[in-house]
Amino acid sequence: MSKIHVTTTVNGDETEFLCDPRETLLDVLRDRLNLTGAKEGCGTGDCGACSVTIDGRLVCSCLVLGAEAEGKEIATVEGIADGDTLHPLQRKFIEHAALQCGICTPGILVAAKSLLEKNPDPTETEVRYWLAGNLCRCTGYDKIIRAVMDAATEMREAS
Amino acid sequence: MALDDRKSDFTFVGTRPDRPDGLDKVTGRAKFGADAVAPGMLFGAIVRSPHAHARIVKIDTSKAEAMKGVKAVVTRADFATGLTGEFWNVQENVMAGDTALYDGHAVAAVAATSALDARDAAKLIEIEYEVLPHVTDVDKAMAEGAPVIREGAADGSVPEGMHPNVVRYHESGHGDVEKGFAEADLVIEDSFKTEATHQGYIEPHACLASLGADGKGELWCTTQGHWYAQKHCAALLGIETSQLRVTASEIGGGFGGKTTVFIEPVALALSRKANRPVKLVMSRSEVLRATGPTSSTSMDVKIGMKKDGTITAAQGVFRLQGGAFPGAPMEFTAMCAFAPYALENVHQVGYDVIANRPKQAAYRAPGSPMAAFAVESVIDLLCQELGLDPVEVRLKNASKKGTKASYGPRFDDIGLVECLEAARDHPHYSAPLEQGQGRGISCGFWFNHGGETSVSLALSEDGTVQVSVGTPDIGGSRASMALMASETLGIPYENIRVTIADTATLGYNDVSHGSRVTYASGLATIKAAQAAIAEMCKRAAAKWGIPEDAVKWEDGCAVPSGPNAGDFEPLAMADITADMGATGGPISGHFEATPEGAGVSFGVHIVDAQVDPETGKTSIPRYTVIQDAGKAVHPAYVEGQFQGGAAQGIGWALNEEYIYGEDGRLQNAVFLDYRIPVASDLPMIDTVIVEVPNPGHPYGVRGVGETGIVPPLAAIANAVSRAAGVRMHELPMSPPRILAALKADG
Repeated sequence: MSKIHVTTTVNGDETEFLCDPRETLLDVLRDRLNLTGAKEGCGTGDCGACSVTIDGRLVCSCLVLGAEAEGKEIATVEGIADGDTLHPLQRKFIEHAALQCGICTPGILVAAKSLLEKNPDPTETEVRYWLAGNLCRCTGYDKIIRAVMDAATEMREAS
Repeated sequence: MALDDRKSDFTFVGTRPDRPDGLDKVTGRAKFGADAVAPGMLFGAIVRSPHAHARIVKIDTSKAEAMKGVKAVVTRADFATGLTGEFWNVQENVMAGDTALYDGHAVAAVAATSALDARDAAKLIEIEYEVLPHVTDVDKAMAEGAPVIREGAADGSVPEGMHPNVVRYHESGHGDVEKGFAEADLVIEDSFKTEATHQGYIEPHACLASLGADGKGELWCTTQGHWYAQKHCAALLGIETSQLRVTASEIGGGFGGKTTVFIEPVALALSRKANRPVKLVMSRSEVLRATGPTSSTSMDVKIGMKKDGTITAAQGVFRLQGGAFPGAPMEFTAMCAFAPYALENVHQVGYDVIANRPKQAAYRAPGSPMAAFAVESVIDLLCQELGLDPVEVRLKNASKKGTKASYGPRFDDIGLVECLEAARDHPHYSAPLEQGQGRGISCGFWFNHGGETSVSLALSEDGTVQVSVGTPDIGGSRASMALMASETLGIPYENIRVTIADTATLGYNDVSHGSRVTYASGLATIKAAQAAIAEMCKRAAAKWGIPEDAVKWEDGCAVPSGPNAGDFEPLAMADITADMGATGGPISGHFEATPEGAGVSFGVHIVDAQVDPETGKTSIPRYTVIQDAGKAVHPAYVEGQFQGGAAQGIGWALNEEYIYGEDGRLQNAVFLDYRIPVASDLPMIDTVIVEVPNPGHPYGVRGVGETGIVPPLAAIANAVSRAAGVRMHELPMSPPRILAALKADG
């Protein structure tokens, strides 16, 4: 099967790749662009470990085809920090011990960042429902929710 | 040097520093199982049985082999022959022999130049099956007339006359239960069932394997124990253990489910045949169909109690179905069942039953949560009937130091009474309940484990330290190792780097299981640091020209003591390491042993449940975990273990289950249908860390990972039963089961 040529932007960098029409955006990110921060936990859009944004919209990259990235702006966990400065969410996740094994962390950070861009002052319930598409099996979510709320507070105070 | 005295005042242990691998894990750079690549790498795919039980008549691989891009196809014929015991069981599970024993059992595998091609090629492998009768339910598998899954699988422990699917038997206890029941004012006997659940780690099994015809290989995999993987892969491939170097990737959750091998030997076999590296990654459906769920259970419990709450006798029968292989942890279920209570008369029986399901694997305190569900439900019934307070009854009967445990030995220092007192005094226990809510409590017990442990600690010239441990870091153990090393050495936490060594660079290590890592690798780290300190004191003594035993170690410095006190300026660690090459050579500390003092663990959970009688849906508005940690090395990660155990228990109690159709096929093999708790399902989970030091660890540490999943099933069942006004006997307490129970109750 012939491959498709795609031109896109990933974390601000212009990027080209060839992909099989059946390959997902997650496959492309991981296997062709070596951006392995997004994880495949299910491949069916149920776990959120592959969360990225496309033109600012939060998606499961396992449910998007690589070819659909044409002309879009993709943002992954690798683009969250600003050089050597961590995003407040990243710092708060470490400070609050909001990760145990860390496999869900990239997806949750991408999803939480997307939430705070839309709603800088979410309630606990709003955070819980926004993150309901991101499975974590280790933490029971308690410290994740606290880290997101704390990061939101810090970001509001800084702005 | 009084290094072996138990410490009680700490500088670093008990603080909450950032974990050393935090940056890697919040930036996406941490490398997990599926994140590795190798030059010339192929991709593997596995063909699995669609039948619950079928004889494999013929496998035709010719079409797959002819496909462009396909480099190797393997079947059971490509593995070692003549294995026995657990090696044989693991091999049978990894790749079926004559018979497919469950839906999802691996039958063949293929490697190709792309993952898509491998998947397409797998579909071209033609397998002819002769379908056999199957059974998936534990009670049905034991019943007369049930299909025999593996003739001759039973060992000598099984009593005469049992069905051949009963493969092991356990019996233990002490006293005279009949006499005890006769002394009771009330005896309640009841039966309970639990369905199998999956560990549900978010990272599927993944590996990258490279093996040559010369028998030398490399394996990268997500595992709780890479020495276990090394030993089993070598046996299954027929190569020498030391010729296979295994590196553990970062691990995306395990909970017991990554204590064995599944795809790793298959990837190695494909690599050997293709003579190229092979990457193999499971899909979520493969994880659910073919890797270790828990056992399902059927249990009968009988307990006698006096009006004042004293338990006079207890007995239990625990039947565990563990898939098509021996090994369901029924002896743990039996032994843990009554461990929280000081009983004069106790008797427990366990049956290990095989059925056409995947081989069970450990899941956090394997076997104990189900026992607690049955036992603590009956205790709750007795409390309700006799009008007694559930915490006071448990306090009255609680095991303490010196109690002869239900499973035999006498307890040393344990913290159950302290946990129960903390529960009684916690504001949660006395908070008012709203309409439609019920409150449940439960105790929980787990043994904890020591296990073979090797640690190497090497000093650098600048006075910093590298610690090599062999237990994969599942939830922050690098932080706890660094804290214990810094406490022992008296140097900052940041000056220590902890690495998970591969099998070629450190001695043997048992798996990260049994809540053993902080205990055993921690003890080993402390002992290795003490060995390095002894050598540093020796170097200082030589420099000062005084006896070695006249030097002590204080706050990261060698200090002259006794008659020489004050004679010399203290030598800081960096002063000693700076010229160690000239004073006797590199300084390292080692520890290689099997620590035996793991120290058992108890916990108590309090939970409020709200049941909607219209829909049968349960919500959990409040949850509190109280558990003895011995000494919490990094309290934030201890709390995390408590909260994670509770959350998994909530899933097990309310929603998670393996659903098999009449055809013996798993019907819910995706996360949409096998639904684990999401953030909006749960409340904040409050924690209380009780610290009753473990006499078997220099800093008093007990493992904390597993006990947290023991009480939730029972605590939630007690809360739901009180909220709904009807006793629940079967897990999960999903809305249809609750509605059915309410209806049956009228």
